[in-house]
Amino acid sequence: MTPGLEHYLVVSLLLFALGLLGVIIRRNLLVIYMSVEMMLNAANLALVAFSRFNNNLNGQVMVFFIITVAAAEVAVGLALIVALYRQRQSAHVEDLATMKL
Amino acid sequence: MEAVFFYLFAAATLLCGFLVIANPVSRNPVTSAMFLVLTIVSLAGLFVLLHAFFLAAVQILVYAGAVMVLFLFVIMLLDLQAEERRSFKKLALAGGGLAVVVIALLARAAVRESPLGTAAPPMVEGSPRALGKLLFTEYLLPFEILSVLLLVAMVGVILLSRKEAK
Repeated sequence: MTPGLEHYLVVSLLLFALGLLGVIIRRNLLVIYMSVEMMLNAANLALVAFSRFNNNLNGQVMVFFIITVAAAEVAVGLALIVALYRQRQSAHVEDLATMKL
Repeated sequence: MEAVFFYLFAAATLLCGFLVIANPVSRNPVTSAMFLVLTIVSLAGLFVLLHAFFLAAVQILVYAGAVMVLFLFVIMLLDLQAEERRSFKKLALAGGGLAVVVIALLARAAVRESPLGTAAPPMVEGSPRALGKLLFTEYLLPFEILSVLLLVAMVGVILLSRKEAK
């Protein structure tokens, strides 16, 4: 039995859930950022699976764009984290509560 | 045969993904980054199973190569001491569990609402030739805009990470 679309979607869903869980429970900014990357990758997997099983290559082009945007986003985000670390000497979300009421 | 590889890669992806967010042995960000590399490589294996060969190569080159090296550089630059071993907050765990349950319910509702596209036998091949043809004809404008985006990101990063001259 070869795996069908629903198999891949379940894997993608579980990976997305893991990423979401990581964003919520971890306190380190860098690990939170890695979890966000994991969620992006889960979406990519779903897109590629849909593209394959619907005989439509547009999904793969979309994944191509997502990977490029994610690379740019990682560069900007990490630069922001470094700038933040210079100001506060910390990369923990609990230490970054200036805007909290 | 394909099923064996599918379950192998899927299990590797999910196991490594779990170890990224909740490693029982080490809370060090470097460990998380290494397991994220493994997650990405297993995902590339799944892409190969889906016949998206070019994307699998790009995934490894861009993510496991460029992005994770950037992550490791920043981890070393920041010189983070290992997160002290404290248990996760109860509230955060409850909130996270709730969010995951909501997502699962949404996904089930969505799948019920619209049938999955398994009607036609899968034929599509993600070869560089097919992808490149699509990228340079139908998606030429987004492609060019993307290059501008990369330039903007580069300028922004240089501006952000420059030391303030006082």
